[in-house]
Amino acid sequence: MSLSTNYNFPDDNGRFGKYGGKFVPETLITPLQELEKVYNELDNDPQFHNELDKLNKEYSGRPTPLTFAEGLTNYFNRGKIYLKREDLCHTGAHKINNALGQILLAKKLGKTRIIAETGAGQHGVAVATVCAKFGLKCFIYMGEVDIERQSLNVFRMKLLGAEVIPVSSGSKTLKDATNEAIRDWVTNVKDTHYIIGSVVGPHPYPMIVRNFQSVIGIEAKEQIQKVEGRLPDYIVACVGGGSNAIGIFFPFINSGVKLIGVEAAGYGINTSKHCATLTLGREGIFQGMKTYLLQNDEGQVSEVHSISAGLDYPGVGPEHSFFKDEIIADYFSVTDDEAIRATELLSQKEGIIPALESAHAIAYLNYLMPETAKEEIIIVNVSGRGDKDLNTIKNSLGY
Amino acid sequence: MSIIADYISKKNKTNERVLSVFLTAGFPDKDSFVDLALKILDSGADMLEIGFPFSDPLADGPVIQHSSQIAIENGINLNETFNLVRKIREGTNKPLIMMGYANPVLSYGMNKFANDAKSAGVNGVIIPDVPIEEYDNFFKDHFVGLDTILLITPTTSNDRIKAIDEKSSGFLYCVSVSGTTGAQQKGKSTSLDFIKRTSLITKKNNTLVGFGISNENDARAFAPYCQGIIVGSAVIKSLMNDDKSYSNTLKLVAALKKGLSS
Repeated sequence: MSLSTNYNFPDDNGRFGKYGGKFVPETLITPLQELEKVYNELDNDPQFHNELDKLNKEYSGRPTPLTFAEGLTNYFNRGKIYLKREDLCHTGAHKINNALGQILLAKKLGKTRIIAETGAGQHGVAVATVCAKFGLKCFIYMGEVDIERQSLNVFRMKLLGAEVIPVSSGSKTLKDATNEAIRDWVTNVKDTHYIIGSVVGPHPYPMIVRNFQSVIGIEAKEQIQKVEGRLPDYIVACVGGGSNAIGIFFPFINSGVKLIGVEAAGYGINTSKHCATLTLGREGIFQGMKTYLLQNDEGQVSEVHSISAGLDYPGVGPEHSFFKDEIIADYFSVTDDEAIRATELLSQKEGIIPALESAHAIAYLNYLMPETAKEEIIIVNVSGRGDKDLNTIKNSLGY
Repeated sequence: MSIIADYISKKNKTNERVLSVFLTAGFPDKDSFVDLALKILDSGADMLEIGFPFSDPLADGPVIQHSSQIAIENGINLNETFNLVRKIREGTNKPLIMMGYANPVLSYGMNKFANDAKSAGVNGVIIPDVPIEEYDNFFKDHFVGLDTILLITPTTSNDRIKAIDEKSSGFLYCVSVSGTTGAQQKGKSTSLDFIKRTSLITKKNNTLVGFGISNENDARAFAPYCQGIIVGSAVIKSLMNDDKSYSNTLKLVAALKKGLSS
């Protein structure tokens, strides 16, 4: 599926420029090749796209609205702000877009057992959901720290019939859950499909997840054309692994729209407690891909921090690394505190409680909006809703 | 020409199978590591694979993950690993291999890594997260003089085995089960079938079998179908609970070697 003119990445070797690739143990190469082959077959099969479109519409509730944010626009008194409402997807975040696509892929591959990693739990819930619907066994790896801070989602996964496997290695967060999921896949590769949750990992995953998520951008493009008769000036999205951002950016590449990714600065990028990978990382090889990576001088992966479990990750999708170097998109970061204040702002100006991840994109408006003119148009991707974060938000705001 | 390949062939000519032992650099203890390595060679190991630690070892099970973590806590990095290898080299002529993940190598500098490895007396490297797809981009000219040992697994097709055999030097690392290091044998006959299939396809390299070999009986079962075996997790596990003179671990090494020759 080539949605953007003059943009043909990844190349045949799964590279986005020098990023991406397949840095995995030999055991996984054959399954990755099989995955790529079957995905390409499905991608050329109109019946598959019909089936996925139908699921997106009738099960997930797509298209999600593009909401004019009148209260937020008045608050900043500059450009017009629209919100792409992935928070209204079934299960409460954009993660379902990828989970639905990949469960069809798993069926086609003839796999009977599904594994996934999760940080915030939104991807875990989405995978548990599609496994329940399609009757496949589901195992979700989740770091112990994340199990604690996203306990509501842990219960949702269990209620949906999934087994949640706690991960106690390393920093006990998304990175370590991903390591364990990959180790499980290496061991059980015969009957198991790994539904990776973001545009990360070895080729072809970053491409597959991007293509399933690009429904966000395709819809947004049509919707903004309909209401405004033109493309927006800016698109803003949060970036952890970067799947919601790639999903909304991809159809707008080379169209003159400024694409802005917002990373988590945690306690601040002048501290060691952040996960602003593109802002402060350097080239590394991690979890199957060459990409920007937060690491020490010896190439050991850093322990990172964000208040938002979904952004708490030391790597980033290789296509974002490419976008950064090629200046296809620009990347900035906002702190935990700024994200919390943005959560409050969106809640009170629009009646929309965003996920803490998405709140990072909202928070960046404090920097962007003063630079915009009244006639300019900004779309912010609200990648998920904040129900899962209420405990964290409550503790931070103290009321 | 390869020092490692020559060594294995020479041993095989006298009807001996080689025993390669994996140790995590600086584990369990940094100060006694050189002594431990040399004693393991004296107890019957023919060569050593010295692991340099990485924070996120994807191909490793809990035992080697743990030893890597301890090694990092013991201050082991690539510089320290080269220092340890240099000292081991002073005490032995047997092949020494370094094994670890791509990122510390990339971070250290590819050229510098290759040069420092050679000057420390390293004969070959194993980087399990660099498959042949990434090989040419990763191992550039400066790796000349170091063997680059590649892995094959039960999921590797016959065509791939041929291609990997072609690229690999020193030997071919035959992973006997799909899984991480320390994996249990699910059915030895499946592993043996895979190893027999491999031996019919490979032309260039000797085959050493690793993963899931933990005792003398395992060694004896695999010996007829390969040129040697690799033992890692079983040795690391033994080291975790051993006395100060590592007597149980040295006994295990001797027993493994005995399994290969009987």
